[in-house]
Amino acid sequence: MKPRYFLKCYIAVIMATALLCSFQPAFASTPIDGNEAPGRKMAKQAVKGNARWTTTDHSQHKVLQQDFKTGEEITKACISCHSSVETQFHTTIHWTWRAKGEKSNITYGKAGDSVNTFCLSGNGMDDKGCLKCHVGWNKKGMDSKINCLNCHNNSGFSFLTAFSDIKSFFEDGDPETNEIIPDIQEEIKDAVTSVAFPTRANCGRCHFYGGGGDGVKHGDLDSSMTEPNKKLDVHMGIDGQNFSCTRCHTTVDHHIAGRIYTNPAVSERRSLIDDDMAPKITCVSCHSDAPHKNDTKMNDHTDVVSCQACHIPTYARVLPTQMTWDWTTAGKLKDGKPYHEDGPLGKPIYKSIKGSFTWEKNVVPEYQWFNGSLKSTTVKDIIDPGQIIKISSPVGAESDLPALIYPFKIHRGIQPYDKINKTLAAPMLSGKNGFWTTFDMNDAIKHGNKALGIPYSGKFDYVKTAYAFPITHMVAPKENVVGCIECHTRKDGRLAKISGVFIPGRDHNSLINTIGLLAIFGTLGVIILHAIGRIVTGKNGKKET
Amino acid sequence: MSQQMVKTYLFTRYERFWHWLQMVLIFILLLTGFEVNGFYSLLGFDTAVNIHNLTGLTWLVAFLVFVFWLFTTGEWRQYIPTTKRLFTVALFYAYGIFKGDDHPCPKRKEAKHNPLQRLSYLGLSATLLPVQMVTGFLYWSYNSWEAWGLNFLNLQIIAFIHIIVAFAILQFVIVHVYMTTTGHTPFAHIITMITGWEDLEQDEAEEILKVRNYKNQLEQIQKILAEDK
Repeated sequence: MKPRYFLKCYIAVIMATALLCSFQPAFASTPIDGNEAPGRKMAKQAVKGNARWTTTDHSQHKVLQQDFKTGEEITKACISCHSSVETQFHTTIHWTWRAKGEKSNITYGKAGDSVNTFCLSGNGMDDKGCLKCHVGWNKKGMDSKINCLNCHNNSGFSFLTAFSDIKSFFEDGDPETNEIIPDIQEEIKDAVTSVAFPTRANCGRCHFYGGGGDGVKHGDLDSSMTEPNKKLDVHMGIDGQNFSCTRCHTTVDHHIAGRIYTNPAVSERRSLIDDDMAPKITCVSCHSDAPHKNDTKMNDHTDVVSCQACHIPTYARVLPTQMTWDWTTAGKLKDGKPYHEDGPLGKPIYKSIKGSFTWEKNVVPEYQWFNGSLKSTTVKDIIDPGQIIKISSPVGAESDLPALIYPFKIHRGIQPYDKINKTLAAPMLSGKNGFWTTFDMNDAIKHGNKALGIPYSGKFDYVKTAYAFPITHMVAPKENVVGCIECHTRKDGRLAKISGVFIPGRDHNSLINTIGLLAIFGTLGVIILHAIGRIVTGKNGKKET
Repeated sequence: MSQQMVKTYLFTRYERFWHWLQMVLIFILLLTGFEVNGFYSLLGFDTAVNIHNLTGLTWLVAFLVFVFWLFTTGEWRQYIPTTKRLFTVALFYAYGIFKGDDHPCPKRKEAKHNPLQRLSYLGLSATLLPVQMVTGFLYWSYNSWEAWGLNFLNLQIIAFIHIIVAFAILQFVIVHVYMTTTGHTPFAHIITMITGWEDLEQDEAEEILKVRNYKNQLEQIQKILAEDK
């Protein structure tokens, strides 16, 4: 065959291969314009009909047209129709604040043996200060009735203030102020019929203010998420999908999907195509595990990297979040009185009742392997005070297949522990015996531990602690995702501390590279010498003629 | 010894095309590959990866065509290694070249490569390039390993082999480029690879012509025999 036929054949083969590749998306290189990423398309399809409907109009119900004197009366009215609500709700963690978990002898939860790096312990609901976020009426915890309106009323009306006004006017006995009571009751009647599915504001009332203030706890949940724009959260943005929390935190019998202490939100990541009754709590539920366009490298990452790791470049993007809390400085007084100091971000950096804080905005997460479960150190666990105590930390041995690399906010604390028993302390904070009244930590621990039934030796010191919060909200628009180079880089990449996975661009073998470079420069050296030799001798394989 | 130079057609069009295609592809692969390894930041990691992958796949296809050409034309014989005069050639480059000795193994149509070239090109084509293609393909298809039952593989080891061979290929390229300057003029070999024509000294050329004549005669005999049938 003549050479030119080979050339033709060669070009033909290349063309044919290119043609074949265009049908085989795994081989193709250029994205096809106007072709939406499949994961996006799927999710849009899944949430297409998002208007919820109802067969009842609560303003028509006679039972709601009473002159309510207390919140409990409203609850009774609710239960008169919604007869199973107590049986359902009383078993949920929103009511009990207690959860079963990793270890059978430990009750997890705010009202259980769990501790955090903020207000430390709920002291089994004995610390009434914590109960303003409990779903019972008037900080009475599980002794009261469920405050249904807390989650199911979107009027914005303050029922608690209204009822406390009514109560004080009654007790007052003044006929003039008593005349106001019917007016307030009229307002209550108007507001009580605004029954709705929980809005972001409903959930946010507690979850945005966890840790004792706006944005203290989570980093990806604060009051900026009540009415976020798409740039802050693509799902909840009011200029976009406008999701409520329960759009993903789907509910069965008042049990809301999501992680509960050591228990993962789901045992496996499944899409709605695999199981249409699965909770929509994971990204995979709606987006599948291969959401990107077929011809992109990104889908190849989903076996190791969580969606959140790239799609939430930073958290606390609008409001600052608290990063550290040091209890050792708590209790300083000015002229015998507690005081507080504000820092540069407009947030307190010192409070006599709580100690010192630092805050940050637009924070780059820390990354760790995470299989959905968290490990918890409770008041019942023996600690090693020489170490930083991981009060809450992700489970995810590097070899665990289901574990992925997730972003976390790590809140760091310095907090009291029992020096002799080597356990974390659970001081009482509010109330007459609480630290916020007495400023006596030893006494506060005595009362707090007693409420939990945990022995206290009488000697305490402070220990460094860390609490990991998975970052999963504040998903940014695709334009703002984390770029490849932020992890695939030799120095100071986001995943610099992640081991157990080979990351091209980050990982290399210094020995191989050193030997390789030596070989290259050695070769160049030899060549240069050889060339000089040829030039100097002036001969190049040719004898002089 | 002043021989008259005779022009001889040494490299066919496909051979030259393949050579320069290799050059371009290897250049791109080395440039982007070392960036992916983290030596420098030039195109940006993602661009480097995309270009590297696309170039690598193009290479695989082109190499298959080369293998096809090699065996259909019988040119693979050019790569049969020989120890005969291997040492002599090595000695020439190490010593004789400075003295002005003649090359001990001048090019011939039937032996385009001297023993040293044969050995190094065979090493490249039969060892380095295949290892690089296999490891490169595995690196690229990392997410399919499970489906293909290749879970015993380790990405880190694959990547390390890939980079070791990349260094070896770079080393080859450096030496190879330098060796092109050892022709009777510094650019003679390069020009040959562009035009296909090589200036050979007359007695070498005559030798080639003899062989050619013999070949032509053989073809004519075969033709006659065929016609007789």
